[in-house]
Amino acid sequence: MGQFKRREREVPGLNTASLPDLIFTVLFFFMIVTHMRQAELKVQYKVPQGTELGRLTHKSTAQYLYIGPPSKELQPTLGKNTLIQLNDRIVTVDELRDLLAKQRQMMSDEDQERMVVSIRADRNTDFGIIADVKQALREANALKVNYSAVDIEE
Amino acid sequence: MPALNTTATADISFMLLVFFLVTTSIDSDKGLNRTLPAMPQEDAQETMDVSEQNVLRITIDDRDSLQCEGETVTPQQLQERIITFMGTAEIDKHVLSIKAHRNTSYDAYFAMQNAIVAAYHSLRNDYAKQRYGIPFEQCSPEQRDSVITHYPQRISESQPEGD
Repeated sequence: MGQFKRREREVPGLNTASLPDLIFTVLFFFMIVTHMRQAELKVQYKVPQGTELGRLTHKSTAQYLYIGPPSKELQPTLGKNTLIQLNDRIVTVDELRDLLAKQRQMMSDEDQERMVVSIRADRNTDFGIIADVKQALREANALKVNYSAVDIEE
Repeated sequence: MPALNTTATADISFMLLVFFLVTTSIDSDKGLNRTLPAMPQEDAQETMDVSEQNVLRITIDDRDSLQCEGETVTPQQLQERIITFMGTAEIDKHVLSIKAHRNTSYDAYFAMQNAIVAAYHSLRNDYAKQRYGIPFEQCSPEQRDSVITHYPQRISESQPEGD
């Protein structure tokens, strides 16, 4: 009896060949859930720093405003002056008001309450442009704004 | 042929996942939440009787110099001044009056807004702790409403100079 090998007594180890598949499932889940708005950035900006920052809520109804000088590739055609980009197109202040009002009309009442305009403006922008943008937002009745910023590194 | 030991392939996918999680969080989704005042209705005439001592004047000129009631201050000092001001003025009638210049940098304007929001957060938090014993974020909606009624945000922003 002692001649027979006793190795069968051990519990066989777990077959871990399918663990990567589980991880890929989680990875694909994240890729689908955390999609960043794919608007091609035509302006370059660096946001200011702050301490009292809150999260941007209800991103599905959020409108994005990018304010800054054009990106290097577009400077030959668009010049160097500060431009305003709403979601994916360059707009003037007047167009901004009309476009936002139209966007709001297309939303349900609930969405209209939740709509936030995320203002991502370069730190060195002249306040005059920001003031014009704010006035256009007020006229379009888009009153919730979120001035995008990063935390101050202590 | 002995089978390949596949226990390490899960680690490779963890690396990919972590890499992806880290690279897609570059665009900041945080910011200062503010609400703009609605456009005034044509027929509603809201005349406010505001006495001088209930108004705190905050200005920024085109050289980014922040001033509160005529004195140059840092954002930190502005925050402290707002807190003191809210303690002295009548709660329902106080006003923060803001005026900037068209050539002020957005950075300076943002720092000022940050200081104002910081002052309100600090005041509301202290009041919530004093009245309910818990910080403002942990308050229920009704409690928050009463804290907000006690310290309402009454801010008046006028058109910037330099048109």
